[in-house]
Amino acid sequence: MSKFEFPKSIASRPVWGTLEFRSGEHHLMIAEAEGAEAVLDIATPDLMAKTHIIYIPRGTDYADKLRALTPAQFYEGPSYGAALPRIRRVLEDAHMGLQVYLTGTEGMMGQAMNEAMAVGLPHTAIQTEHRGSTARRMQCVHCKGITEDVEVDPFVCSHCGLNLFVRDHYSRRHAAYQGVRVDAEDHGNVPEPKGIYE
Amino acid sequence: MSGAEKIQVKVTEITPLNELVTRFRFERVDGGQLPTFSGGAHTVVEMQDGGITRLNPYSLMSDPFEQSSYTISVRRDDQGRGGSLFMHRQVKLGDEMTISYPVNLFSLDLRARKHLFLAGGIGITPFLAQIKQLDVLHGQWELHYACRNQALASYADELAERHPHETHIYYDDQKQAIDLKGLLNGQPLGTHVYVCGPKGMIDWVCNTAQAQGWPADCIHYEEFLAPQPGKPFEVHLKASGKTVYVGEHESLLEAIEREGVDAPYLCRGGACGQCETVVLDHEGNFVHRDHWLTDEEKAAGKKIMPCVSRFEGKSLVLDR
Ligand code: FES
Repeated sequence: MSKFEFPKSIASRPVWGTLEFRSGEHHLMIAEAEGAEAVLDIATPDLMAKTHIIYIPRGTDYADKLRALTPAQFYEGPSYGAALPRIRRVLEDAHMGLQVYLTGTEGMMGQAMNEAMAVGLPHTAIQTEHRGSTARRMQCVHCKGITEDVEVDPFVCSHCGLNLFVRDHYSRRHAAYQGVRVDAEDHGNVPEPKGIYE
Repeated sequence: MSGAEKIQVKVTEITPLNELVTRFRFERVDGGQLPTFSGGAHTVVEMQDGGITRLNPYSLMSDPFEQSSYTISVRRDDQGRGGSLFMHRQVKLGDEMTISYPVNLFSLDLRARKHLFLAGGIGITPFLAQIKQLDVLHGQWELHYACRNQALASYADELAERHPHETHIYYDDQKQAIDLKGLLNGQPLGTHVYVCGPKGMIDWVCNTAQAQGWPADCIHYEEFLAPQPGKPFEVHLKASGKTVYVGEHESLLEAIEREGVDAPYLCRGGACGQCETVVLDHEGNFVHRDHWLTDEEKAAGKKIMPCVSRFEGKSLVLDR
């Protein structure tokens, strides 16, 4: 099960879409983990002939299936950080008409979207589809440190150690949700952590 | 009072550029400074032509940071409704005129990493101001300018001389044409395209860019529609309790104004959305000509843009 229906929330919370083919000379698809399934869903031979796939497995194994699509270029990187120089290079060299497709976790899509925006693509032109883990990339509003892959609420900031409440408040610039000290008024009164969507 | 705020100006220079285009310079009557603007802005020029008040939008072509004067270039349109003919034939040096504060419906998107300008004929004017603005901002740009022939190529020599690397001129009579597909294909990511010129050119550029996968937010165009003549019709203005007859050669907006009813407007060319008016009742067909309402809105018949659109039929009641 790679799809998840996010509950309705505040306007600040990003809304992810469903990938669809858009005409263009070149296509860049960044798929993280189960995001590979979203690529498999829209792949056609014509599209793949113009597509560069960047796949970040994170424990999944879709590489053979993706390779079998015979994309124009295929790259597998162990992590988003490892794939980043390649992503930047592709965007830097790209011409208008490039279509960008991002699929996987919210954290990856948010960060990759910032890369595409940094080279001047409007965010409205970047396609996204959430697949796989619903863990969040969180920013601590107190120390500003980022904690990746947060699955429970509240959680402990990996930088300053405060107990943080997971908010739906999202920063596009940081590609992260905001975490606010849960026991600010009554130190030590920390609720039992549970899944973010439980 | 509708429209942007007004400025009283004096015509301090009239320069014929070629057979069709004349440039006008305006300075404030009170000697003060004019507001700065941003490249792509226009001003609405009021013309007292016999009994008729004409209000025509013209792109400001001067340096947006220059506050002592504004300049516009007017192409004579012998088939038009008379605004450009009035400018060419009636306006004399030293005349006092009323113009509006600058309004910009065609501004640069400064998030762009590069600006690609495509101009056809007199469509060059907004780009002249944008180029001056980008000079100051050190922005990256490139201009492709299509003209009928060398004699009618307003400002082409100046541009080519000042910006030899950025300026590309194409003459129709020498069978030179913009290789649009190749041009669009070769643009670095983050380029925005801007087009101003005849309708055919605007459609060509917008459609080609879209087909080549350019995001809609990176495609900008400016086309001022001139109101077209049409069959006369009658309109009832419910809020003001007036029934107005719209003649063949005037627009619905002009007819409403003639009757002393204050109606909002900015561009008078179907582009800005300011004049949007609610239709309370109608029996007949709309002749929608604006770029503002969506196709669904046009089909629904609940709104009209009186600056350029008309009506044919038995009765029309507006909330105005
Ligand atoms: S006045 Fe701008 S659309 Fe009518």
